[in-house]
Amino acid sequence: MSDEEDIILSELPDDELVQQMHDDLYDGMKEEVEEGVTILLDRKWEPYKVLTEALVAGMKVVGEDFRDGILFVPEVLLAAGAMKGGMAILKPLLAESGAPQQGKMVIGTVKGDIHDIGKNLVSMMMEGAGFEVVDLGINNSVEAYLEALEREKPQILGMSALLTTTMPYMKVVIDTMIEKGIRDDYTVLVGGAPLNEEFGKAIGADGYCRDAAVAVDMAKEFMDRKHNQMAG
Amino acid sequence: MTNPLSRLLETRDWLMADGATGTTLFNMGLQSGDAPELWNVDEVAKITALYQGAVDAGSDIFLTNSFGGNASRLKLHNAQGRVHELNKAAAEIGRNVADKSGRTVIVAGSVGPTGDIMEPMGTLTYASAVEMFHEQADGLKAGGADVFWVETISAAEEFKAAAEAAKLADMPFCGTMSFDTAGRTMMGITSATMAKLVTELHLTPLAFGANCGVGAADLLRTILGFAAEGSELPIISKGNAGIPKYHDGHIHYDGTPELMAKYAVLARDCGATIIGGCCGTTTDHLRAMKEALENTPRGPRPSLELIADTLGGFSSVSDGTGDDANAPQPRRNRRRG
Repeated sequence: MSDEEDIILSELPDDELVQQMHDDLYDGMKEEVEEGVTILLDRKWEPYKVLTEALVAGMKVVGEDFRDGILFVPEVLLAAGAMKGGMAILKPLLAESGAPQQGKMVIGTVKGDIHDIGKNLVSMMMEGAGFEVVDLGINNSVEAYLEALEREKPQILGMSALLTTTMPYMKVVIDTMIEKGIRDDYTVLVGGAPLNEEFGKAIGADGYCRDAAVAVDMAKEFMDRKHNQMAG
Repeated sequence: MTNPLSRLLETRDWLMADGATGTTLFNMGLQSGDAPELWNVDEVAKITALYQGAVDAGSDIFLTNSFGGNASRLKLHNAQGRVHELNKAAAEIGRNVADKSGRTVIVAGSVGPTGDIMEPMGTLTYASAVEMFHEQADGLKAGGADVFWVETISAAEEFKAAAEAAKLADMPFCGTMSFDTAGRTMMGITSATMAKLVTELHLTPLAFGANCGVGAADLLRTILGFAAEGSELPIISKGNAGIPKYHDGHIHYDGTPELMAKYAVLARDCGATIIGGCCGTTTDHLRAMKEALENTPRGPRPSLELIADTLGGFSSVSDGTGDDANAPQPRRNRRRG
């Protein structure tokens, strides 16, 4: 590969350019990804097509390799940063064109817990997968979650905790949702280092996400199911 | 270098460290979300009891209640101006307990991660990480800590910054990382990489190793990874007492004292010299570990199969070391002009 020539993105045909953008996303090369997005738009690609075929498809590989223990947090952060660069160009255009959305998620770390690295990763990967994400930050009370659900009307609620002492608070949130009769209006996904599947089930979440890549897969799966239910 | 931990390591072929700090404090009524470090001033009797528990259970080393005592973590509790005070208090209480024990007990000044991600992925600069750790080290030293003990680190640069801070504070140091992601740290560091890293620091640690992470079995796989690198430094093994389970509104770790006793003996057979527990490890666990270490002859280095059979399976097939290490697929990397 050492004899490979410098790549001029604008000289690549569409299919090779998209492939190259996937590679550049994987390598976290923000400027190159931004350039690729601009070129595709100049070639009259629909913004939604750029998003799904160039960015989301590229981030899918990143997510899979993260899930499989091939990429780790630093690489994923760089890739997500590159993706955000491309997204910043697409976002206003997507809004104008009324492009379809994967779905919307409200996410936050639970009360008493001030850790946010994992939650931020999930946010970025979800955005990378085409979801709209409303990030409530750290230390969220039941009230903060409920207000955000009311205000943002997402399909998915994500809760994160790093501490064994704060994980139980997720159940408090879910129990309150049941009390208010709104539990089934949302898909509730939970995650965080000390959690496991058994815990997710015990507190009544719809899914436990081992990592950010799994969170994206689950969110998509639940969205598909929701669409099917509506169609049925 | 002459310091109490070095001297102890010269005379003993294994040492027992302590168990969980957080688990114990929560059992004493610490509320989730509160900074445990504030108790070094507000609840001195409870912190004394925390340390005393480890000493009475036979620990040769205990860690101070200062894990989150850096400016970045304390800022979340508006206590960033109290770094020196809280760390000094943590160490002073420890010094007092250790000196009354009638034997050599090491007061290890616990230092956890800043919680920030380092440049270029995050915002934390190397210089500010050194500065924060240095501030904490000075406080721990002023309170009489014997050693600067860095734990649960995931990034190589942050570990380096801690080593530099220990050197600046003129304290001996020990350091452990947390291997919780497919056998590596969150940032992708393997056991082999860490074994190499510790030889390239501003200050060589007295001992290095792994703490926390997933379960006891995963932790021992990491210890075997260190040993395979042929490091001459003593290895530290501080594993969690099993895996957290949810029970009627609270969490408990499923590892029994019997399991942790087996873990301790296996850790020594894997090549660890300093053996303790992490989350979920109570004084009951420590007593069982001490008894097992004292009454069980050393065995051969265990196989991964034996570890899995004794302590439970691993969380991932590979841990990124050896021939089966995962590597990115060969790709069409762009050439930079």
